[in-house]
Parts: sequence; structure tokens; C-alpha cells
Amino acid sequence: MTNFLDYTLNGISTGAVYAAVALALVLIWRATRIVNFAQGAMLMITTYIASSVISSTGSYVVGVIVALAAGLLIGALVERVLIRPVEHAPPLNAVIVALGLYTFLVALAGMIWGATPRSFPSAFSIRGYTIGHTQVLFSPNDTFIVLVVVAVALGLAVLFRATSLGLQMRAAAFAPEVAQLLGIRVGRMFTLGWALAAFTGAIAGVLVAPSTFVGPNNFDPILISGFVAAVLGGLDSPPGAVVGGVLLGLALSYVSGYEGSALVPLAALVVLVLVLMIRPSGLFSTTSERRV
Amino acid sequence: MLEVQGVTTVYGAVRALDGVSLTVEPGSVTAVLGANGAGKTTLLRTISGLVRPSSGRIVFDGTDITNASVEDIVRRGVSHVPEGRGVIGELTVEENLRLGGLYKRGEAMAPKEVYEMFPRLLEHRGSLTSKLSGGERQMLSIGRALVGRPRVLLLDEPSLGLAPRLVAQIMGMVRRLADSLGLAVLLVEQNARSALSVANRGVVLNLGTVVADQPPGELAADERLRHAYLGF
Repeated sequence: MTNFLDYTLNGISTGAVYAAVALALVLIWRATRIVNFAQGAMLMITTYIASSVISSTGSYVVGVIVALAAGLLIGALVERVLIRPVEHAPPLNAVIVALGLYTFLVALAGMIWGATPRSFPSAFSIRGYTIGHTQVLFSPNDTFIVLVVVAVALGLAVLFRATSLGLQMRAAAFAPEVAQLLGIRVGRMFTLGWALAAFTGAIAGVLVAPSTFVGPNNFDPILISGFVAAVLGGLDSPPGAVVGGVLLGLALSYVSGYEGSALVPLAALVVLVLVLMIRPSGLFSTTSERRV
Repeated sequence: MLEVQGVTTVYGAVRALDGVSLTVEPGSVTAVLGANGAGKTTLLRTISGLVRPSSGRIVFDGTDITNASVEDIVRRGVSHVPEGRGVIGELTVEENLRLGGLYKRGEAMAPKEVYEMFPRLLEHRGSLTSKLSGGERQMLSIGRALVGRPRVLLLDEPSLGLAPRLVAQIMGMVRRLADSLGLAVLLVEQNARSALSVANRGVVLNLGTVVADQPPGELAADERLRHAYLGF
């Protein structure tokens, strides 16, 4: 029974990180109908930036702020420079561009920071809370992770539902040409969508880095889990991304706890296949499925 | 107010518009008629900047807007209501209306004024527009264009798929908009008879060229034109 509680708590915390990555993917999917396979590499770069700033200034907060700002900038730059030219091309073009960017960023990180993974500080203690005489697998840092992801999700919900900027972003995503005819600067909305996505990814990066370490390929599994979570929730739906992230986090935590952590990547792919077979549009999507 | 001067628009090897010229004046309705493929929709898309002409000029209020961006053309006051499904189905009626006026900031028309013009929309203000009937969608897309207080309204087939009674209602409204708000309306229609009933002038397009540009009475009286291009 304590095992079950531990696995559940642990699942919620890792699920929160998956949810953040899934949110990043959903933001880009909604804005430009592209699955950003470079998301993991982009958040790897911002986490390296955080790591470098933290080790040179000694301040966790400064490092995270710089990383988040870098996320916004990288997201906007990638959209303007690399994605804009292929936005009206067949979807495969953008996928290839994203894969190329992934390869480039991984190589770049190796050249700048080396291939050996380095550790990353956590914001709070990672010693589990003690309840009675037993220590549970949930620490103050896990609380921090969950609260941050909840805050990001709520912030995005408010942005999209309650502000005119969010309304313009939704209009640009759903009907770019109509939005243009209403005077909305659609290109700017796309850039903003990518910037916000990379920002959200950067948050996920610094949250997960204490447990994955920072290395050129250390965030690849997170991208896969985030992608599965996004598909599970429905690529179109931010609430779906959050629910999908938590559900996947729980499922993988049980698999890891009861069957061994080696099976986790396999389990993630099994979930992906099951979702695509049973409900390809995801749990929360309002649109019909696409055949690609 | 809006002048189209010798505009040619090419899609690949097809000359969709071939040296088209016309003018639209404030307070008047200009009907653009012609068969499918005559270039009517291309004319509107060229004016609003969605496609670029290969030659010719489009002048609004003395300013050349031929190469202005779509967003800037709308912001100057030329509003294009696209054919059929111009409303955004994933948004509510009220959200669609708000979108129409965001670029005007404080000067936009309040959704309330649109609801006064189209009481049917008020009943559905909170519902997704995918739930609306064809007539309601048409009213919404015209209403949404008005929110930004445009000076030129480009209407693409507002009668498409509507029952005759609704068509008459929409046409009557187009007339009133021109009269009461002083709008310059460019009305693209297949339904020549109803369009001419409210127009000050009728322009007939055929294969991308203007074959007639006359007051509606003269057009309707010209049996050859009527049979060849207008289908009544």
C-alpha cells in the first residue's frame, strides 16, 4: 500500500512535467499545425543556459529567469527564421525542418558544453516528506513542480479564454485567412505562439533537470512522454495536455514501480499506439481526426 | 472612393482577372455579376490583398493599396466578408463579433449595436457559431465586418445557400447599410436579379474582363446581356 501511494505521488510529479512539455507541443500545434520535434532540444538548450548562469552567478532564480527569457527568444526566432518559410508548404516540410533543428541543437550543445551530462540544482529539497514514521516519495521540490505547472496551465487558460490577445491567437490558429481579413496580425500571433511554447518548454526543462541531469540527449525521453501526453489529451486541447500528462505520469510511474524502469519507454509507446488505435483524436479534442 | 485600375490577376496559366477597372462610391452599392469562374471572387481577394495582381493598381481614398498587407487594408477601412463560412466555428458569436473590432480599439462598434441590427444573433451570443443556421452565419459575418466601422464593404455571395425570403432580407439590409452608414458596397452575386434590385450600378464580368458597367435598369433591359451572362 505504501508502494502504491509512493508510485502515485511520484506519478503526479513526473506527470506535471510531461504536462508542461505537452502544453508546449499543443501551443505550437494549435498555432501552426506543426508537431515540434525540436521541442526537447530547445528546452535542452535553455536548461543548459540556466545551468551556466546558475554556476556563474550562484543564483538559481537568476538562472531560471534568463532561461525563460531565452526560451521566449528562441521560440520566436525559430518561428520567424525557420518555420515561416515552410508554414504554407506540405506538413512534412515543417517536420523535416524541426528534425533538422533538433540535430543541429544537439550537436551545438555538444560543442559548447561537452557531451558529459552535468547535474542541475533543484529549487527545493528533494527529500521526501515524512508522514508519521514513513518517508513518502514526494518532496517539497515535487510540490513546487506541481504548483508551477498548475500556475502555467492556469495562466495559459486565462490568456486564451479571457484576453483579447488570446482571442486573436485562437482566431489566427483556427482560421488564419479569416483572422487576417479581420485585421489580426496573424504572423505575429504565430510567432507569439512559438515563443510561449518555448517558454513553457523552458519551464519544464528546469523542473525536470534535477532528476534527468543536463546533457545533449538527456531530454529526449521527456519529449517522447510529452508527445504521448499531448496525443492522449488531444493535440488541440490545452486542458487535454495537462490531463494527458498526469495520466501518463501515473501510468508510467506504476509501470516503473511494479515492473521496472527499463519498461518505461516501451510503456509510453504502448500508450501511444493504444490511443491512436482507440481514440486517435485524443480524450479532449473537439476536432475530428486527421489522416496524415 | 475605391478605384480598381486595369487589374490583372493570374493563377498559374489562368488570367482570372484581365485588365479590370471599376470604381465604388460611398453610399452606393455596386453589384458584380457573372457566371462561375468569371473572376468575381478573385476581384474581391485581389482588392483585400489575399492575392496579388500582376499588373494594375488599387487605390483607396487616393492611396495606392495594391501592395499593402491584408491586415493593413482592413485597418484602412476596406472590409472583406468572404463567401460562405467566414465565421469561425470554434468561437462563440460574441467572440466572433469582438474580433471584428479589435484593431479599432476604442472606436469599434459595440456588439450591442450589431445585436440591435440582428436580434437573432443576440439569442445565440454565447453559443459556438458552428451551431448557427446559414442565414444567421451570414448576418454574423456581415455584422462582424461592421464592428470595425469600415468604409468599404466587399461582400462575396451573401445570398449563397439562403432561402429566397432570407435573400431579400439580406439584400434589403445591404441597401440600408449603404444609405444609413454611407458605406461603399461591392456586392458579388450569382443571384443577379436580387443583387440588381438594390444596386446603383451593375458590373458584369466574363472570363476576367468587364463586359458591362451600367445602371441596373439598363442592364436588365439589355436582353442579350441578360441571356448571355445573368441567367434571367
